Amino acid sequence: MFRSHVLICGGTGCTSSGSLKIYEKLQEEIDKNGLSKEVQVVKTGCFGLCANGPIMIVYPEGTFYSMVNVEDIPEIVSEHLLKGRIVTRLVYQETVEENGIKSLNETDFYKKQHRVALRNCGVINPENIDEYIGRDGYQALGKVLTEMTPEEVIQCILDSGLRGRGGGGFPTGRKWQLARNIVPNADQKYVCCNADEGDPGAFMDRSVLEGDPHVVLEAMAIAGYAIGANQGYIYVRAEYPIAVQRLEIAIKQAREYGLLGKNIFGTDFSFDIGLRLGAGAFVCGEETALMTSIEGNRGEPRPRPPFPAEKGLFQKPTILNNVETYANIPQIILKGAEWFASMGTEKSKGTKVFALGGKINNTGLVEIPMGTTLRTVIEEIGGGIPNGKKFKAAQTGGPSGGCIPAEHMDIAIDYDNLIAIGSMMGSGGLIVMDEDNCMVDIAKFFLEFTVDESCGKCTPCRIGTKRMYEILDKITKGKATLEDLDRLEELCYHVKANSLCGLGQTAPNPVLSTLRYFRDEYIAHIVEKRCPAGVCKDLLSYEIQADKCKGCTACARVCPAGAISGSVKNPHTIDKSKCLKCGACIEKCRFGAIIKK
Amino acid sequence: MKSLEELKAIRDKMQNQVNLRDEDTTATRVVVGMATCGIAAGARPVLTAFSDLVQQKGMKNVVVTQTGCVGLCQYEPIVEIIEPGKEKVTYIKMTAEKAAEVFEQHIVRGQVKSEYTISSALK
Repeated sequence: MFRSHVLICGGTGCTSSGSLKIYEKLQEEIDKNGLSKEVQVVKTGCFGLCANGPIMIVYPEGTFYSMVNVEDIPEIVSEHLLKGRIVTRLVYQETVEENGIKSLNETDFYKKQHRVALRNCGVINPENIDEYIGRDGYQALGKVLTEMTPEEVIQCILDSGLRGRGGGGFPTGRKWQLARNIVPNADQKYVCCNADEGDPGAFMDRSVLEGDPHVVLEAMAIAGYAIGANQGYIYVRAEYPIAVQRLEIAIKQAREYGLLGKNIFGTDFSFDIGLRLGAGAFVCGEETALMTSIEGNRGEPRPRPPFPAEKGLFQKPTILNNVETYANIPQIILKGAEWFASMGTEKSKGTKVFALGGKINNTGLVEIPMGTTLRTVIEEIGGGIPNGKKFKAAQTGGPSGGCIPAEHMDIAIDYDNLIAIGSMMGSGGLIVMDEDNCMVDIAKFFLEFTVDESCGKCTPCRIGTKRMYEILDKITKGKATLEDLDRLEELCYHVKANSLCGLGQTAPNPVLSTLRYFRDEYIAHIVEKRCPAGVCKDLLSYEIQADKCKGCTACARVCPAGAISGSVKNPHTIDKSKCLKCGACIEKCRFGAIIKK
Repeated sequence: MKSLEELKAIRDKMQNQVNLRDEDTTATRVVVGMATCGIAAGARPVLTAFSDLVQQKGMKNVVVTQTGCVGLCQYEPIVEIIEPGKEKVTYIKMTAEKAAEVFEQHIVRGQVKSEYTISSALK
């Protein structure tokens, strides 16, 4: 029995900021102080506040240490764990108050959050099935197998109003119902999990897999029971090594406990799960391409219908749900559809996890009830924009989504509202942009991504995205005309309407939504040959203001292109034909004499 | 594992351990003084006694935690029991044996073990 638990984040974010070294040092120090029988050190999944990693929480006090260094560990052990004196200087400063330390749940970052899908992330040791069971794990599977019929399970998911968290928002219960009924007497069905998270900036699925892998296994078994399948596949990208490793451990443990395998809980129901690793092609997140890839073929989409519920993996009825969708299922079974439906908005129930990134103070993972406003997410939970800059737009849905400008900041986030303003929920990447971001450049960035990731099977996507990229490139170089802008828009609609799969159908969204809200920026690039945000290099020029220049030669010495000339104590000049616009001179100048326009 | 009962048994066993990680403001808090003075006077066995008992008995609403020096070093080991909505009770000169008695009488049955409290010592 341990009197104290020390939780260290072992998610990808904190692992890369050195949490494994901290884990080792902590074990060492605890042994040295003879506390190994009293204090348990647990490696968990992501806590969400990745910007402040490596993160460590000490229970029962709930003390939240952030940005911990290996050198700090002896002090934390000898002061806090041995003597009970919290090392205030290392505590996450948001929790420090004059008269003590407040609970983590009271901080701005966590206060407005509501954790359903992430309930175990950062709480349990993901490599220990017993801890998952201790948090009611596999109880839902037990309940389903012993007390509910498959129809009742499907009805429960339908009633909960759960919609696909991968971005599409299709009702999950409806998907299951189709797979159960559409092909009578099917000899084989499959349950698949889409863990091929590919949107730039999105990492919630990874965090669930790393922090709570068993929840996915349990939910897939429940889905198997509901639709009548005995085999599941998790398609996860090989670039998520920690997630893959924890899934392997979890599957092994679940099999040892008989929670996967034959005759689960002594019933007639058998279910097993296999892992399939993807090589990281973005298109494999599309359902038909994903299944083609599991079959061992090149990951390319195919036309629908037939939908997977009818002819999916190996031509058999299949359901494919996203990781986060599955993470909600056991809770819905245990707490009831009404509980889930009580959260959120009229048509979007429950919570949604977002990966906050970009120009925001609290980079990390947040889970909020549907219907929370973007303002709350950015200003309160996210802690606002760094350096006092002004919010310009938030990009959701990655390369398939669009941007939400400042004027829509008070919109309640749910599936339908986001679509109405030309963006989409997407898988949950939320990239915040401030006044220094150029919207044309952002659109170009996403187009560059889709050009790279287009599988090439259909023409509108393969060639259309390339042509769109070329026009955007012309615009950012100041070589485009207004006719190009019209052509770009027309092309967007063509690619959207005629592409084979979701990748191409949504690829124009970043362009369309930036055009909708920031057309003036496009016009400025084309007509005035000017980039208002000062991003597009070809439209910038650097100049030295002669009256401010003291002739210190610092800029001339730092310039990598040798573009700056001038003699000591006399104003310098920049040779624009040689200037690379790298900005090194601006950083070096102590007199603010260099300006970029 | 072939039955739900086996699953429940694992859950019940683990629940007591994992529950430590919930931050619950309605819980009774057992606070053991673990500064140098407390440790020197023997606070460590007291602390482990409390945490073992709480976990053995599966008390869901009790957290055992530690604190620094409260300034009454001559009375260490000091244990404070704070129940929500009630006045804090301070026990002094505790031992593991006394801890078991206090646990049984105060935490389980809700009666203050007054002979060990600081107020009876100061009388």
